[in-house]
Order: sequence, then C-alpha cells, then structure tokens
Amino acid sequence: MAIEIIRVAWRSLRSNKLRSFLTMLGIIIGVMAVILSSAIGLGTKNGVTKSVESLGSNVLTVMRGSAQSRGISQGVGSATTMTADDVQQILDQDPDVAYASPVVTTNAQVVYGSNNTNTSIVGTNDSYAAIRNVTMQQGRYLMAQDVMTASHVAVLGSSVAQTLFGGRNPVGETILIQSIPFEVIGVAAPQGASGLASADDMINIPYTTEMSLLTGNNRISQIVASAKSPDVMYRAQLEIESTLRVAHQLKAGMADDFNILNQTTVLNTLGNITQMLTILLDGISAISLLVGGIGIMNIMLVSVTERTREIGIRKAIGAKKGVILFQFLLESLTLSVAGALLGVAIGGIGALVAGRLMNSGNLFSPVAAGLGVVFSVVIGIVFGVYPARKAANLKPIDALRFE
Amino acid sequence: MSLIEIRDLVREYVIGGQVIRALNGVNLTIERGEFVAIMGPSGSGKSTMMNMIGCLDVPTSGRYVLDGYDVSALSEDQLAELRNQKIGFVFQNFNLLLRMTALENVELPMLYAGVPPRERRDRAMEALERVGLKDRMHNRPNELSGGQQQRVSIARALVNHPVLLLADEPTGALDSRTTEDILGLFEELHEQGNTIVLVTHEPDVGQRAKRIVRFRDGRVEADEWMGADLGTAEDGAAAEETAAGTAEADAPRTGREVARRGD
Ligand SMILES: Nc1ncnc2c1ncn2[C@@H]1O[C@H](COP(=O)(O)OP(=O)(O)O)[C@@H](O)[C@H]1O
Ligand SMILES: [Mg+2]
Repeated sequence: MAIEIIRVAWRSLRSNKLRSFLTMLGIIIGVMAVILSSAIGLGTKNGVTKSVESLGSNVLTVMRGSAQSRGISQGVGSATTMTADDVQQILDQDPDVAYASPVVTTNAQVVYGSNNTNTSIVGTNDSYAAIRNVTMQQGRYLMAQDVMTASHVAVLGSSVAQTLFGGRNPVGETILIQSIPFEVIGVAAPQGASGLASADDMINIPYTTEMSLLTGNNRISQIVASAKSPDVMYRAQLEIESTLRVAHQLKAGMADDFNILNQTTVLNTLGNITQMLTILLDGISAISLLVGGIGIMNIMLVSVTERTREIGIRKAIGAKKGVILFQFLLESLTLSVAGALLGVAIGGIGALVAGRLMNSGNLFSPVAAGLGVVFSVVIGIVFGVYPARKAANLKPIDALRFE
Repeated sequence: MSLIEIRDLVREYVIGGQVIRALNGVNLTIERGEFVAIMGPSGSGKSTMMNMIGCLDVPTSGRYVLDGYDVSALSEDQLAELRNQKIGFVFQNFNLLLRMTALENVELPMLYAGVPPRERRDRAMEALERVGLKDRMHNRPNELSGGQQQRVSIARALVNHPVLLLADEPTGALDSRTTEDILGLFEELHEQGNTIVLVTHEPDVGQRAKRIVRFRDGRVEADEWMGADLGTAEDGAAAEETAAGTAEADAPRTGREVARRGD
C-alpha cells in the first residue's frame, strides 16, 4: 500500500507542477544558500590564508606610527623617525629576530622600449627575499653588495616583467625608472593572487639607491622582520618594540611612534571575520529554509482545503486516518526533499563556479549539503504534520458535504 | 439477525445555538436481500438517515446494529473499515476522483482493504465489465457521460462485495433514459442477491423498489411493500398502521412482514 500512497502523492504534486515548484523554491534557495555560504566561507578563508602566507610566515611589519606633537596625535604614518639604523639595531640586539629589512616605497613610471607601466618601487635589501618568501624565476635577487654600492639594479615582480617584456627574458636588459636607467638582474616567481596589493606588481631595488635617486631622504616607510620561529613571534615583537623605543628616545609614558603588525594576529583577525561572514550566511540560509517550510505548510493547508471532497470520498470508501495522514505528510516531504536535492544540484554548480572564481579548488562541502538535506527533511515533516493531521481528522460526512 | 437494526435513532444538529432534530426517533429493520427506497419531502431527514446507515455519521442517541456490529461502539478507524468491507456507496454526484482513471477509481476500495495489486486489477476490470464499461476503463471521469460515471461508481461500490449497497439520489443528476439504465442495473443487482437501500424523492424511481419507507420530519411516516407477489391488502394495512401508530410498533411488524415475505 505504501507504494500506492507514494504514487498518489506524486501524482497530486505533478498535476500542480508550477505550484509545486514555487513551493519548493524556498527550500531550493535555502539549501543552495547553505552550500554557497560554506563555499564562500571556505573560499575566503583559503584565499586569505594563502595570500597572507605568500607574504611570508613569521613576519612582523613595523610601520611608522603617529608623531606626538605636544600631545596632539598627527595621525598614522606622520612620524618620520624610522631609519635604516633602526634595522641594524634590531638585528644587533634582538635575539628572536632572524631577518630584518628596511622598506622604502614609492610609485614611479617605468619604461622599457615602447612599453611603460606605473608600479610601486620597493627599495630594500638582500634579506627581504628570505622574509617575504621571494623565489626567483630568472636571474638573481639583490645582494648585500648592491645595497652597499647603491647600484642601479632591479628585480622585477612577475606581472611587471610580463607587462614590460612580454614573453622575453628581461635579465640583462635596461629599464628606465623615472628616466634613470636600471639593469634588470632577476625576475621573481609569481607569489599567487592575493586579496591585498599584489606582491607581483612591483620592482625591488636597493633601498640605498631608492633613497638617493627617488625619495631624496633617508627615511624608511617600513621595517619587515621575521621571527626565528612562529613560537617566538610575540617575543620578537616585544624585543623590537623596546629596541625602537630606546632608539627613538621615547620616555616612559610616551606612546610608541610606530606600530608593529604581527602576521599571526592579522591571520586570526581575518579568520574571525570570515567565520563571522559564514555564520551570517548560515543564519540567512536557516531563515530561508524556515520560510520555505512555512511556504510548504501554507500550500499544504490550501491543498487540504481544496481536496476536502477527495478526502471525504477516500474516507467514505474506507481510508483510515493514518492513510490520509501518511498521504499528505508524504506530499510535503516530497516537496521538501525534491527541493533540497534541486538546491544541492544548483548549490553544487554554484560552489564549482565560486571555486573557479576564487581560484580555490573544490569548495563543495558534502557536509553542508547533507546538513541542508537533513534540515529540509525535518522541515518537511514539521511543517507537513499540521496540514496532514487536519486532513486526517476531517469527518467523512463534513468532507463529503464540502463544496 | 437482521442486516440493519435501528432503534430510537436521533440525530441533532446545533446551528447558532438552535437544535435541529434531523432524525427524531427512527426505528427501522432491513433484511438481507431487500430492495428498499427511502422517500420523503426535502428536509425530511433522508440524507441524514443514509449517512447513519452508511456509517459516515454517528447518531446523537439510539442504537444502530449493522450486520451484527453495534456502530455506536466503534472508533473512527473501525468505522472506516466497516464502510470499506460492508458498504458500497453510490452518490448523486458520483464522487469519483477526477485525477484517476475509471479503473483506478474502482481499485481504490480494494487498495484500502489491502488487496494485492494484481488481484485488485483483475477484480476492478471484472466489476467494470459487470456494469458494461470495460472498454472505457482507462478514461477519466471527465471523459465519461453522467450515466457512465454512475456506472463506474456502482462498480466501485460493488468491488469489495459489500453486504449493503447504499445509493443517495443515484439518478438525481441523470436524464430519464440514463435513469432507466441505472435503475435496470440496480434491479439486476437486486436479483443477484444484493441488498440495496436507495434514497429518492422521485415517485417513479421509488416504484422500482420492493419496499418504500416514507420519511417526514425526521420520522418514519410509512413503510410499504410493493409488487404483486406480496399480500398487498395486508401490506397496505401494515403501512397505514405504521404511519398512524407508534414507532415501537414499527419494528416487530416489519420483521414479521419480512419473515412472511421470505416464504
Ligand atoms: N450538517 C448539517 N448541519 C445542520 N443541519 C443539517 C445538516 N444536515 C442536515 N441538516 C438539517 O437536517 C434536516 C434534514 O436534512 P436532510 O437529511 O438533508 O434531508 P433530506 O435529505 O431528506 O432532504 C434539514 O432540516 C437540514 O437542514
Ligand atoms: Mg438529501
């Protein structure tokens, strides 16, 4: 008999195709949202982790802080106190720091032949490659010798190399940075897409050269340093802080005129943000599923009223309560399960597309899909019970009299 | 034991605080094999009586025993089973399921009886053949004429071999020629031994039955036997007496008449 009841339920749904589909839509969107939210959450997390890690793990970045001028803050980056000498002191005094490099950044027009581009010129030293995980695609990186002699040499980021040279080998060629000729000594391997400013769209030159030819002063915009291991990140951060306070002659009670950015902290913060994003999306999916369930209940109630006479006939010729209950419950269950499966299909495709767009492999989560389906089944039952009971409890005589 | 025994049956409806007695102390006994017409003016309680006999509704008070089952003692599901096993319904407006073919409609009572699919199909086809509709079994109700639809519903009523065939105004929605067809079918079924109770307000339909029970104001007003094979004079007297006399006198007399009719 169960098979017949399933057929009856199926037939009644099919005879109202459009309505059945619209009823399922809430569940379809809900399940789709569950899958997509987990895909987007996972994709964002992957992307953030990857881009942060591509900039080097264990990295501490010291930025210029705000200068205190008679107790009035001048804003972030307004202090001009960091010099290459600070870097040397950190290296000399701080036992948990492995490498430290000064960074001087400016934007400049770069020309090769008839090609030109505007990119950021990052002046630094030879340690930078170790801190930022720069590997070479062609040629070599900066060496201590280049920095000492302030030579006119440049290491191109991969996308800059592509822009200026196309497929050709740039090593040994001469480019013009603000009309000053530089010899290209190497091209860095791509560091991968990152959500932040691309590490591939820049040129490294010795910071000494950049100071004398491009910025015209001896101030540096950043110090990047790496701790000896992830475990000593925080200790390294404290050491750097106290070294710089002494170097900058800050008295007790005065605020730091620099900020230290800890990679782990950044990673955790971003992790928290993506997690909040995922929770938000999950909440929206849950609400959507709930609304879908209410939609099912609504339509099933309409259906019970419309089919009162049918119920009366069935009861008159011998259908027991349980049979009617089962029939209507099965209809709402079919609606929710079919909706859930369609939602999984559409959500799966969406996750695939998201994976492509976010450059992030497989983002389809079977767990999310399974959860979505299970939740839909529960909703189908919960919201189907009331209409089904209403149908089952109809008195045959009242149901037959219904017009 | 009679097939139907009804004693002091009362059915009240309460509408807006007002009590309406649709049945006001009915006594009625019907034996196996009878062909009874229930007649009476509109509002006299015929349909209410049919619903009682068909176990679609339960009395406010009084006793109804169908084939040995005291109906007032049964649960809703037990009533459903009783309807399924003992009673075949024929309605004025056919009450077929519109989304199903004739064959599937006829299969339905057997579905609820738990008959296996193959047997269900065979028996449904047999029943449709019996009412002369074998060639239309894959048609849906809206592809059939009124008379054909009523034949389908008669096939559906017969398919579980009920002890009682109940028809409420079965020809009410049919033209006179089709009415003749359907009444012929009822007579045929009666001759084959089926018990038939038929509600009608049309005198020429009622004349086809072997016994007419007349209702007025929720009571049995008269109980008459028809046909030349019966002692008409005595029947007439009995009917008059029933009409005039108390309800209690109704039952034993009916029983005696039926017993007499048997020999
Ligand atoms: N469901 C109901 N609710 C209220 N009153 C009803 C209901 N069914 C029947 N009645 C009343 O009971 C009386 C008998 O009705 P019914 O049995 O349908 O008569 P008939 O079939 O002989 O025309 C009428 O007065 C009718 O209005
Ligand atoms: Mg009526």
